[in-house]
Amino acid sequence: MRQVISLLVENKAGVLSRVVGLFSQRGYNIESLNVAPALEADASRITLTTITDEAGTEQVVKQLSKLINVVKVTPYDSATQVLREMALVRIQVNESNRTEVLALSEVFRARVIDVRPTSYIFEVTGQAEKIDAFLQNAQVYGVRELHRTGELTLSRGKVGKKQSSSAREKPALVNDPNQKTPSKSEVKAKHD
Amino acid sequence: MTTKTAAGSEVLKGSEITVEALIREGVEVIFGYPGGASMEIHQALTRVDPKHKLRVILPRHEQGAAFAAEGYAKATGRVGVALATSGPGATNLVTGLADAKMDSVPIVAITGQVPQALIGKDAFQETDVVGISRPITKHNYLVQRIEELPQIIKEAFYIASTGRPGPVLIDIPKDVQQATAIPEWPTEIDLKSYRPHIEARKRELEQIAEAIRGAQKPIIYAGNGAICANASEELLKFVEKTGIPIVTTVLGLGVFPSNHPLCFDMLGMHGAVYANYAVNQADLLLAFGVRFDDRVTGKVAEFAKHGTIVHVDIDASEINKIKPAHIPVTSDVRYVLQQLNEMNLGSSDYTPWVKELEQVKSEKPFRYQDNGKQIMPQYVLELLSEKTQGKVIITTGVGQHQMWAAQYFKFLFPRTMLTSAGLGAMGFGFPAALGAKLGCPDWEVIDIDGDGSFVMNIQELATACVEEIAVKALILNNQHLGMVVQWEDRFYAGNRGHTFIGNPRDPEGIYPDFVTIAKGFDVPARRITTRDEVSDALDEMLAAKTPYVLDVIIPSTEHVLPMIPTGHTFADTIYE
Repeated sequence: MRQVISLLVENKAGVLSRVVGLFSQRGYNIESLNVAPALEADASRITLTTITDEAGTEQVVKQLSKLINVVKVTPYDSATQVLREMALVRIQVNESNRTEVLALSEVFRARVIDVRPTSYIFEVTGQAEKIDAFLQNAQVYGVRELHRTGELTLSRGKVGKKQSSSAREKPALVNDPNQKTPSKSEVKAKHD
Repeated sequence: MTTKTAAGSEVLKGSEITVEALIREGVEVIFGYPGGASMEIHQALTRVDPKHKLRVILPRHEQGAAFAAEGYAKATGRVGVALATSGPGATNLVTGLADAKMDSVPIVAITGQVPQALIGKDAFQETDVVGISRPITKHNYLVQRIEELPQIIKEAFYIASTGRPGPVLIDIPKDVQQATAIPEWPTEIDLKSYRPHIEARKRELEQIAEAIRGAQKPIIYAGNGAICANASEELLKFVEKTGIPIVTTVLGLGVFPSNHPLCFDMLGMHGAVYANYAVNQADLLLAFGVRFDDRVTGKVAEFAKHGTIVHVDIDASEINKIKPAHIPVTSDVRYVLQQLNEMNLGSSDYTPWVKELEQVKSEKPFRYQDNGKQIMPQYVLELLSEKTQGKVIITTGVGQHQMWAAQYFKFLFPRTMLTSAGLGAMGFGFPAALGAKLGCPDWEVIDIDGDGSFVMNIQELATACVEEIAVKALILNNQHLGMVVQWEDRFYAGNRGHTFIGNPRDPEGIYPDFVTIAKGFDVPARRITTRDEVSDALDEMLAAKTPYVLDVIIPSTEHVLPMIPTGHTFADTIYE
């Protein structure tokens, strides 16, 4: 199964190597990977997607949590997090099908960001399945180039209370004894 | 990260700050081999005030330095320190780092690095040791500014010695060593992404207690985690309170006195039949500080399949890694035992269960055939065990001799069996003995080694002699890589694939001549070939006040038994 995992890491030299190296070292694969500065000072957010099973997810989360520069590891859970991916797609067009292609892009709320006589570049965002569906439909016209970002996630705010920016909350500590890494059953529950 | 600091008053070079930081961590011995990129630190070490009693030991190979630091750390529980130069000096530490990672040994390795301006330019003796050591250290650092040095060194010792211990490497470029600054000394450490102090919750302790109250055939499976947690005392109390029998891993040897009636020795591939029987039959497995290694479990699905599994370990990632636990508890082992010792654990009578184990033990003890002429390795170890009464620190190489030592030597105290278990690194024994002796000068330290393993770090005889470290090497010499030979005999029709390490032009002779080699290093040595020499030779070795090498010639036909072949189960035990 696809498992998206979000990490908050300290901006220290080599932290990305530690994370990526752990995957090859332990025999897990990375399907997509995204790294960028976080709102927290001196921190970055890494979102990665891996193909694994429940037991694998539990191990990956625990092993990532052990890395010294990793502050927080969050396996994606649709109940508490939102998820988006973006793709840039170049689709071949000609005089006869331009309107059709634009109509298709409307359906998927894709935006045209570059126009050439024989191709359009679209920007489309959504869950991976939506992007897959867009690509599938665009295939009849000819998808010439594709660049996907991989999934990004963010925690939803708390319900019923004054919303505070998640970035301003003190990040929960993975190694904090009061907050354990999810047990097998907890991880399982998140995917049911 | 919030850190309180106290500013120093003097301007110091980076190398001097490094040394001062080590002194502040209470370091009393450093195993260091100098080179161009680390000589600044060695220069600073020559200027240390003698009142600090900081001893610098010059090993003859950086691998020796790393293993010696491990020996020191394993024997004392304190952080061992190795120091090497860039490039080859650093790469020679790698096996020791990997070993320390596998066996959770707290060491700090400091390496010199080429000046930062040259990093990435393939400079002389440049190697990316931070990159190389990333998967085999608990953490590592490249120091980029002199101001970071005090903080990084303090963090390194903290990380190495807390939680599940492990190796930490600090790579210090030469320009950082040569720069000057007034150091600000951190007085406390608070890493937001590292919280090593983990204790079981009340609910988890209650679950364990309930499992114990309901068990008929419980068994304790204790390992290195119990030693790292210094939990021996609590473990003994727990066993005596409950009457639950115990088996240990090879790294757990000594955590519980092997002469105790409830100790059923080592389990695993070459473990006692009765120890493996106990785990196989148990209805409750109390796994304390262990990681269900494949050399312990054999076929994982069949291992302890009749029992409820309680798994206590300080490393959350060990829980459910190999064998799902019914009661998983991430915690310091000592804390759990302390708490359990205060709780109601019922008053079940395990006598029938213990009697059952004693019955198996009497039917299938560790045993060997002694023809009365050749020297059987098991006999040597039994005799050594008897003569020393366990008041000795044993180190080993890797192979048959290591398993015989584990089987036939009676370990009575924690931190007296120092062996390369997870990595299985030959050449560990002798340098580890040097480190252990420096950490525990009042203890006799004996390296029980093989002829293959001993050669791998034989150069450390010079260190032992020159530094006057009175460790003993007892070589069980069968002229072969015995453990591989044993597998050849069992699974490859006896075909020898480069496992004879004597002289092929003189196959009946003994090669090399360890006595002459030792003499070359100015270390007294003796070779024995017949059974009636053993007792006297052991006495001579034990009486020596200097390093000493005893070369014991044993038959190469002897196999380590019992044996459960890889991936098999208790039912497949080879006993004869």
